[in-house]
Amino acid sequence: MSTNETVIDRFKSQIIDAKKQSTCVRIRGGGSKDFYGVNLEGEIVDTNEFTGITEYEPTELVLTARSGTPLKEIEQTLNENNQMLPFEPPHMGTKATFGGCIASGFSGPRRASQGAVRDFVLGARILNADAVDLQFGGKVMKNVAGFDVSRLLAGSFGTLGLILESSVKVLPKPEMERTVLFDLDIQSALEKMNTLAGSPIPLSATCFDGNQLAVRLSGSEIGVIAAHKKIGGEVSEGASYWQSIKEQTHPFFGSEGCLYRLSVNPTAPINRYTDALIEWNGSTRWVWNNGTLAEHQDFANEHGGHATVFRGNQLGNPISSISPALQVLQQKIKNSMDPDGIFGKNRLFAEF
Amino acid sequence: MGHSERDLNENPVALIDKQTLVKKFLSVLSTESVKYETEDLTPFECDGLSAYPQIPMIVVLPENEDQVCQVMRICHQYKAPIVFRGAGTGLSGGAIPYDQGVLLVLSKLKRITHIDPVGRYAVVQPGVRNAAISEATKIHELYYAPDPSSQIACSIGGNVAENSGGVHCLKYGLTVNNILKVRFVTIEGDIVEIGSEGLDSPGYDLLALVTGSEGLLGVVTEVTVKLLPTPEKAQAIMASFDDVEKAGRAVADIIAAGIIPAGLEMMDKKAINAVEQFIGAGYPMDAAAMLLCESDGSSEEVASEIQKTTEVLNKAGATEITISSDETHRLKLWAGRKSAFPAVGRVLPDYFCMDGTIPRKTLPDVLKRIAAMEDQFQLQCANVFHAGDGNLHPLIMFDANEGDQLHRAELYGAAILELCVEVGGTITGEHGVGIEKINQMCIQFDNQEIQTFLNLKRAFDPDGRLNPGKAIPTLNRCAEFGHMHVHRGEERFPDIPRF
Repeated sequence: MSTNETVIDRFKSQIIDAKKQSTCVRIRGGGSKDFYGVNLEGEIVDTNEFTGITEYEPTELVLTARSGTPLKEIEQTLNENNQMLPFEPPHMGTKATFGGCIASGFSGPRRASQGAVRDFVLGARILNADAVDLQFGGKVMKNVAGFDVSRLLAGSFGTLGLILESSVKVLPKPEMERTVLFDLDIQSALEKMNTLAGSPIPLSATCFDGNQLAVRLSGSEIGVIAAHKKIGGEVSEGASYWQSIKEQTHPFFGSEGCLYRLSVNPTAPINRYTDALIEWNGSTRWVWNNGTLAEHQDFANEHGGHATVFRGNQLGNPISSISPALQVLQQKIKNSMDPDGIFGKNRLFAEF
Repeated sequence: MGHSERDLNENPVALIDKQTLVKKFLSVLSTESVKYETEDLTPFECDGLSAYPQIPMIVVLPENEDQVCQVMRICHQYKAPIVFRGAGTGLSGGAIPYDQGVLLVLSKLKRITHIDPVGRYAVVQPGVRNAAISEATKIHELYYAPDPSSQIACSIGGNVAENSGGVHCLKYGLTVNNILKVRFVTIEGDIVEIGSEGLDSPGYDLLALVTGSEGLLGVVTEVTVKLLPTPEKAQAIMASFDDVEKAGRAVADIIAAGIIPAGLEMMDKKAINAVEQFIGAGYPMDAAAMLLCESDGSSEEVASEIQKTTEVLNKAGATEITISSDETHRLKLWAGRKSAFPAVGRVLPDYFCMDGTIPRKTLPDVLKRIAAMEDQFQLQCANVFHAGDGNLHPLIMFDANEGDQLHRAELYGAAILELCVEVGGTITGEHGVGIEKINQMCIQFDNQEIQTFLNLKRAFDPDGRLNPGKAIPTLNRCAEFGHMHVHRGEERFPDIPRF
């Protein structure tokens, strides 16, 4: 029996034991996203041993890997072939795994222009709550057969099943990237983000960090240079800057307390959030402390979105709030895939 | 294919009679919005898949969201099965009515409610035509990217239900990648907002689940779509090849060169000839295959990408290359591709359009095997292909009034879908399962996987009354189908009792 089969057998027996004993399990790779969620409950199912890229042909633009594969290894392999994960996933530590990247659904600076994890997930192989090995989606670009279970897994934080393998669409790396800076106040920066996002330029990231607006252009050399000429701005070293935004090592993220994430209409006003860091062309705003979840939720609701406690949540407290009707549907989905509540109890919701 | 026998489990009926239901509907809808006489029902007997017409018991055409909710509540109260219909252009029979049920038509909800040019989104009702969105946002130099070939007629509600693609989805994605939010009405008649005006929402990604759910979970009464800045310029290259395999390899070469074209289409000789005789797009009649490859972006970007792509195509052995000289020429080249289905429809009275997706590298082999099947089934098949995505559209031509041609066409289609699964692909890339590919679901998925789908379906619709008999087969159906059809020598459903 190969090592991988042995590991799968261990996963299976942990799931079956939990079911028998009415306990729960917590699926965990590198633990780099342990800071996120309502609570961390259950015996750990460690995916770190289940590694390896199982299929990758650059001309197919599809990569399939086991969940414990280090995210670093995947990015390195893609890089060697001049390709990338288009959603630019945050690692949030040195041990991030591919499975955790899919299960967290966290996306980086390129999200607003290219899409999130869920936009690039093509398929998944999972162990369900009965420890049965199932395959959804596929390894091809387009697939509408059956409900889109593999996309549903993106951002589910291991609460619907154990992801064994995922297939994602990958893209060629842009020929050139250039970051330019604008000295603007927060209001003008927000307006400029929206204007640029509505212009036909190869925009790949925007961020206002309290001091200046950073804009990244990505594409063919000739296209990036032409776009820079059109929008102006002072050229700056980009790679380490975007890395610091993506990994939250930028000084803005150095505070202590509660870090809230507001996901709103990109034109939502600055309002009292004058000290926010703004990303994704205006639609994501990061704020420290400065009120309660309920207060942030009111503001976000008013502007078509929601608020989440990203870091510093008091264990057991909800990290977000949704309408009762939506809550009912969320719970129904959980019940349909994990009726006994084995996977990741209370990770996403305080109620289940 | 071959779905004429109906499974008992797929056969719910209304608890009260037609007259009572009609009376109930007339209490909340106007007289002209409730149809129940045979001559008024006949126009709704099929959608874009014409081979399996069915007369619904009642057709209702609500005019607003409130009426949709009321219809849903009445149907829920009397356990009446419901099928949803938008523009009726779907190709997999997802909107084929149910003889014992209600057909809920969304075509009167056709208002564009709001356009926000700064926030770059539009709020539209489900009956709004796909193309109408980009027409309305053109003055803001914004557009809605997914462009199924039926875009002048198909409606956005149907696009959401089917997760429609189009010729530009390699670069811009499918419907699921281009919508932000929907207002969703549950089987109980309650409204739930799914998604947000931001880029994500807490909890499970219900928007991903609802998109492409083929009317099995509920109905959408409003869609917030993302708008993208209209590229400054677009230019197309038409490349001829004397060999299908060479054309297939050229596609891989383009991707390997780091180019993601806005569109990358392929057509074989039969499709080229049908189109050329139909509209005279200037296609190369003597070529074995042609590629249509589009670049978009700023003038500078387009110029550089066109040059790179041309080099790749030349190296790959293109026998002739034409670059669109202006916008009229570019649109003419695309008009050919977009009229491929009706063009083939002129060769013989009927056609089935298959929709399998395959790993691109298997293309030459798959095309060879599809061609070989022409002899086996004694029918002709033309191929158009979203080459960039690996999404095949073999068009099986037949005459339903000639002998057993319909039956042979069904078998031919089924064989193609099974071939797609065999090479690692899927039975449907963008048209949906509907009624047409329901049996092939049993080939692509095993019974535990199908059970997962059925559990999700039950979470929304416990008694199976929303679009019954479509998209997700019952395990009984799969067992029966498996009985007739032993797949790769394996018994697919050994643990299901046989009868």
